[in-house]
Amino acid sequence: MIARRTVLQWNVNVKTPGYVGFANLPNQVHRKSVKKGFEFTLMVVGESGLGKSTLINSLFLTDLYPERIIPGAAEKIERTVQIEASTVEIEERGVKLRLTVVDTPGYGDAINSQDCFSTIISYIDDQFERYLHDESGLNRRHIVDNRVHCCFYFISPLGHGLKPLDVQFMKAIHNKVNVVPVIAKADTLTLRERERLKRRILDEIDEHGIKIYHLPDAESDEDEDFKEQTRILKASIPFAVVGSNQQIEAKGKKVRGRLYPWGVVEVENPEHNDFLKLRTMLITHMQDLQEVTQDLHYENFRSERLKRGGRLSSHGYVLPLSPAYVPLCLPAFLP
Amino acid sequence: LAFQTIEIGGPPPGGPQGGVLRGPDLLGYVGIEAVLDQMRRKTMKAGFEFNIMVVGQSGLGKSTLVNTLFKSKVSRKSCSPNYEEKISKTVQLQSVSHVIEEKGVRMKLTVIDTPGFGDQINNDRCWEPVLKHVNEQYEKYLKEELRVNRQRKIPDTRVHCCIYFLPASGHWLRPIDVEFMKRLGKIVSIVPVIAKADTLTLEERTEFKQRIRQDLVANGIQVYPQKENDEDAEERLLNNTIRESIPFAVVGTDREHQVNGHRVLGRKTKWGIVEVENVAHCEFANLRDLLIRSHLEDLKQVTHDVHYETYRVQRLTAGAVHQGGPNGSDLESHL
Repeated sequence: MIARRTVLQWNVNVKTPGYVGFANLPNQVHRKSVKKGFEFTLMVVGESGLGKSTLINSLFLTDLYPERIIPGAAEKIERTVQIEASTVEIEERGVKLRLTVVDTPGYGDAINSQDCFSTIISYIDDQFERYLHDESGLNRRHIVDNRVHCCFYFISPLGHGLKPLDVQFMKAIHNKVNVVPVIAKADTLTLRERERLKRRILDEIDEHGIKIYHLPDAESDEDEDFKEQTRILKASIPFAVVGSNQQIEAKGKKVRGRLYPWGVVEVENPEHNDFLKLRTMLITHMQDLQEVTQDLHYENFRSERLKRGGRLSSHGYVLPLSPAYVPLCLPAFLP
Repeated sequence: LAFQTIEIGGPPPGGPQGGVLRGPDLLGYVGIEAVLDQMRRKTMKAGFEFNIMVVGQSGLGKSTLVNTLFKSKVSRKSCSPNYEEKISKTVQLQSVSHVIEEKGVRMKLTVIDTPGFGDQINNDRCWEPVLKHVNEQYEKYLKEELRVNRQRKIPDTRVHCCIYFLPASGHWLRPIDVEFMKRLGKIVSIVPVIAKADTLTLEERTEFKQRIRQDLVANGIQVYPQKENDEDAEERLLNNTIRESIPFAVVGTDREHQVNGHRVLGRKTKWGIVEVENVAHCEFANLRDLLIRSHLEDLKQVTHDVHYETYRVQRLTAGAVHQGGPNGSDLESHL
């Protein structure tokens, strides 16, 4: 029996003369996504006391660290960087989000911070490795995605820009994760100081060749509001934020904020700080952050890993041996 | 690593417990829905691919049905300039691709036709070219997925749905029908239809369908939607209704006639007009709704999550290179 296959014709963009109904397809996809829910992993890195935990709590309106004990200086001297992951499931209007926040207490605390980021990098690589292992396995039904989709890097507002540790760290991870620099505790800066600091940081990022996460431009067919919002977001990076766990009574209503003798800093007031912008960016670009992690960072990891060789799954299957492929049946590597 | 799930909705009395944050518990609105909007925007932009195969003897109205389904001239018959219906001496597979658009949703539709199937005197093993084609698409996808540097979006040529045309004999499934569906039902989603159903009265139709369903069960033939793939009770309910009405008795046409002041698609005879889209006349509308309006995405998902995964597992555990691909030869000969 001969089977011959021919592609006879290509008709582009023929509009169907009647209503067929596949315009309903996005709704079908939507329904399935809602059922499935989303997973997102956010890593926060920065020195102690920059308000990371408070900011995370403010972002997701939760209290992720209810029983926190802040260690004193004596304990901090010898401490190495820890990785602490907390997972929370948020549901809103039927959409489920499984959010994992990976905290890195101890970063930058030691007197000699020479080696404080190897733990963090190992963690990121481990998640990639685990995903690669699962993806190469036989049963792929329920792969859990714990890869780090975004890393908020907290910069101290007290300096004049980036510190050497900041530069080194960001350069070490910018090819593995989406880096979003954030200026912490922005209420110590006046508006002018803030603008100056932002410009300085952006210049230094450029100078050192650090690749931070770039928001994709709005498509030409989006509505004007969305385009404007994207423009404003892009212009405000790095975001200068203030976080708070407390509600203050101000102007007759309760707001999240910080009460000073000279006034109240409102977390959710766009004139006071960029908190809302950060949250908007995170939510509207959550999907894009995941995609860039999958299509860029993970694929880079995967190619490098496959070129290096080593067994990935418990079975060694034979694959065609040609330059484009890597034999996955080399001697065992994983514990 | 410490993983905890946090409960919110009031001050946590003891330590953290597992829980889900629900809408009213949040101290405000986070805006997760925006993620869905972004997803929808992206999927619409990327467009959809759908590959449908039609199998059945000459003259059962395959090309007409596909044209009617998509309200466009998408079949091989409509695309060849000097088409003369001739029974081909061998089973050949022919693909025609179109990009059709509806309400801003673009779909790349590929119709794979199988002229010559079941038309010979000796139809022994006429299913083999079809089997080979289906498996070849899985192999192509698998190869791409295993590459060291793989594409962002792997082109999907896998057959998402196979419509199998049964002649309206009114009796039982023929041996060729059983043999084909038994084999193909394991690797692709088959949707059997009773072709040119305007030769059956309603009574004859009901009886015929019942007999076919019995035959399918007796021969262990799996058709879409398969019971094992129902994800939840809601889906099972919907799919049970579908399972009780397959195979759909269809009539296809591209001619319009005046009926009661409306123009309808139909076949005009001396004794009346068979209205194709009238559910009292035939089940074309049910087929269209199933395939396009409600289960298009599901068909693709089942192909990817079930059929493709089955193929992949088989390939990866096949062991020796000699087990080879669809050609039965070494994989290396494919490179």
